[in-house]
Amino acid sequence: MERLEYIAQRLLKGVLVLIGIVVLNFLLIRLAPGDPAAVMAGEAGAADELFLQQLRQQFGLDRPLWEQLWAYLSNILSFDFGFSYRQQRPVIDLLAERLPPTLLLTGTAFVLSLAAGVTLGVMAARRAGRWSDSAITVVALFFYATPLFWVGLMGVFLFSVTLGWLPAFGMASVGVTLTGFDHVADLARHLLMPALTLALFHMAVYARMTRASMLEVRDQDFVRTARAKGVGEGRILRRHVLRNAILPVVTIAGMKAGYLLGGSIVVETVFAWPGIGRLAYEAVLQRDYNVLLGVFLVTSAVVIAVNLATDVVYSLVDPRIELGA
Amino acid sequence: MARLRTLVAGTAGILLASALAGETLAQAPTPARGGTMNIIISPEPPTLMLGINQTTPAAIVGGKIYESLLRYDLDLKPMPGLAKSWTVSPDGKTYTFKLQEGVKWHDGKPFTADDVVFSAKTYLTTTHPRSRPIFQRAEEISAPDPLTVVFKLKGPFAPFIMAWEPSTAPIVPKHIYEGTDFRANPANAKPIGTGPFKLKEWVRGSHIHLVRNDDYWQKGKPYLDDIYYRVLPDASARVVAMETGQTHLSAFADIETFEVPRLKAMPHLEMTTKGYEYLAQMVWLDFNLRKPPFDDRRFRQAVYHAIDRNFLRDRVWFGLGKLATGPIHSSIPHYDANVPEYPFDPKKAEALLDEMGLKRGSDGVRARVTMDQLPYGDVYVRAGEYIRQALGRVGIQVSLRSADVATWGDRVRNWDYDMTLQVLSQLGHPALGVSRLYISSNIRKGVLFSNVNGYTNPRIDELFDKAAVAADPKQSQAMYSEIQRILVGDVPVAWLLELEFPTFVDKRFRNVVTSAIGVRDGFADVYMQR
Repeated sequence: MERLEYIAQRLLKGVLVLIGIVVLNFLLIRLAPGDPAAVMAGEAGAADELFLQQLRQQFGLDRPLWEQLWAYLSNILSFDFGFSYRQQRPVIDLLAERLPPTLLLTGTAFVLSLAAGVTLGVMAARRAGRWSDSAITVVALFFYATPLFWVGLMGVFLFSVTLGWLPAFGMASVGVTLTGFDHVADLARHLLMPALTLALFHMAVYARMTRASMLEVRDQDFVRTARAKGVGEGRILRRHVLRNAILPVVTIAGMKAGYLLGGSIVVETVFAWPGIGRLAYEAVLQRDYNVLLGVFLVTSAVVIAVNLATDVVYSLVDPRIELGA
Repeated sequence: MARLRTLVAGTAGILLASALAGETLAQAPTPARGGTMNIIISPEPPTLMLGINQTTPAAIVGGKIYESLLRYDLDLKPMPGLAKSWTVSPDGKTYTFKLQEGVKWHDGKPFTADDVVFSAKTYLTTTHPRSRPIFQRAEEISAPDPLTVVFKLKGPFAPFIMAWEPSTAPIVPKHIYEGTDFRANPANAKPIGTGPFKLKEWVRGSHIHLVRNDDYWQKGKPYLDDIYYRVLPDASARVVAMETGQTHLSAFADIETFEVPRLKAMPHLEMTTKGYEYLAQMVWLDFNLRKPPFDDRRFRQAVYHAIDRNFLRDRVWFGLGKLATGPIHSSIPHYDANVPEYPFDPKKAEALLDEMGLKRGSDGVRARVTMDQLPYGDVYVRAGEYIRQALGRVGIQVSLRSADVATWGDRVRNWDYDMTLQVLSQLGHPALGVSRLYISSNIRKGVLFSNVNGYTNPRIDELFDKAAVAADPKQSQAMYSEIQRILVGDVPVAWLLELEFPTFVDKRFRNVVTSAIGVRDGFADVYMQR
């Protein structure tokens, strides 16, 4: 019951934070130089005052700023995120199309990176000082230090161009109609490389953190006590060391959700993945304010939700943590 | 002299165009039906409705869906499109177009002269900033019968005949757009044209699927079953796609200039630089003439002499370009090469700067200026870096300022710049794509692609005005020649290169480039060789 109350409170706070984010972003975007009407006129390869005026009037950009802000806030309460100036489509439709691919990509990358990172971290900690520990540390450092786009390009070069095992880009094979298992297999083949590319950097972070945290916990008194009581090494590792060592990793994993979404822009571009990151990037260049605000709102909501989930998971992993305390 | 000119009619024009296309991209003996073509598109077009967006990607895809009255061969001679023939009255004021018979919109409704009247008179003058000034020259647009359209102009305007390619004058269905909000019409998402291909599906961020229009007015065409436009935002991914055969066609700046030699050597691909004659893009260095030292012609001439344009062409554009001689592109009518020249000559540049009194200081610098980098791609950034070095050698210290397109556009249209590279299309005629940059009536703060640098010359204004409406081609040529001589002498901007773009095609696909709009054309003739 307490937990539900806590979640409800956090959700309420989350909504307030979201409103703050919307207002701040609304103002920040408009502070940036550049005008959507002028960008669109530029695309036409010609412009005149009448054309610019028409566009501004149609987009409501000729109204006072506070009026625009009020209209926007009133509309989003009814999930009306406005129209994309450039694409002339409701922003909600664009988000509905582009968010699922990004969630699939980042979700897969998140699971892969956490699973592989923690496993490698545990292995390295158990073999601390041996060659396998060094090897894992070097690999982790390599992926930690390497830019995502380079890893992606090398993946394309190796697995698509040279070996021909995986498709170089896209989310699905086009020109064929696949259903059932074939569709899932096709999606998985397309997903593997971008998800791995995105996962490798974060995997390196989790591996290094798990290792360090494990080594710290391993020398704590309660571990020594457990060992003295004759508890088996495997049980000590699972129940005593890992369970305590994982806490900072859970915290970092929650915080990294935002980074994953940010990193997806690069990966989506390299692999032509039709996600929200690319939509945001293009909207920035085009000053497509409504699309940009919609993307900010949705990604902020995702980050807030993941952080809430992290806190809940934290309390489940560590009973000492009291929610809301 | 009374004259009634039938410019081009019938199939002769098409055959001529195909022959002119030359090379292996042109016609082979027996076109076969069927096949799927995968084509790179980047960036993704915002819409395919050419009436409301004329970006290159929109024109490439939308050009398969929408058509205009004419097409243009590689020498910019008009060919039949939705109009099968046309005549111009002796006074150059009345244009009469006879339309093709049996043309249907993609929704099955018949295409008639009323659609053309509506498009030119109502739709395009509302939504299309480039065609508005052209169609506003018409005093009356009428449809005496369902297959005839007559444009009575207020005065003669020879470039009128060059305004009929799909992105300049797309013909839109009156029955769908009349009385609606053109920009918000839901049909924009499901475009209805008369073109050889119809939109089947658009998976945003991934691909656009076009299918053959079985009711196309040219019987038996198009040949291809499907076209997939694959959205590939990353330059490396685009090269891989062409290299591995996952896509069959790239164009414009899809392939980075430094990758061109490698792709050119691939046995399954062929390259052409044809098909860009209508656009005729030129890159130039624009000076803000309101600011010293750019207000001194000697300074501008010095800058021109200090830049090795051969180096730019060979090392930055990897040979994809020609040295520009002046304001008019050599593929555009009325080009004249007989103008003053500005060869690479740093000594002459230094002498001009000395003459101005701009002596080198103790740090070797004569003048400090800022250059806004053109944010249209890395090649322009590299060109900017070269120009900084080149001008640095003659004592002009250049600070490069980078920004995104929107910010750059804001600075340039509001005259907040010293100098910047600019690139623009010339659209088939100097009166459509050149005069706007130099006439003083087009100095309009806040408007991009106007006369942003503030050049004013009453003689140039007069000549551009008269040349556009001269009924006698010889007279207009004389005026355009004078314009070129005056402008090149004044150097309001430094014209650098006429850009060439590499179109790479999988060799199995034929008839890909057969007109002056190249890959933006309808692809009714493209087929896959078995």
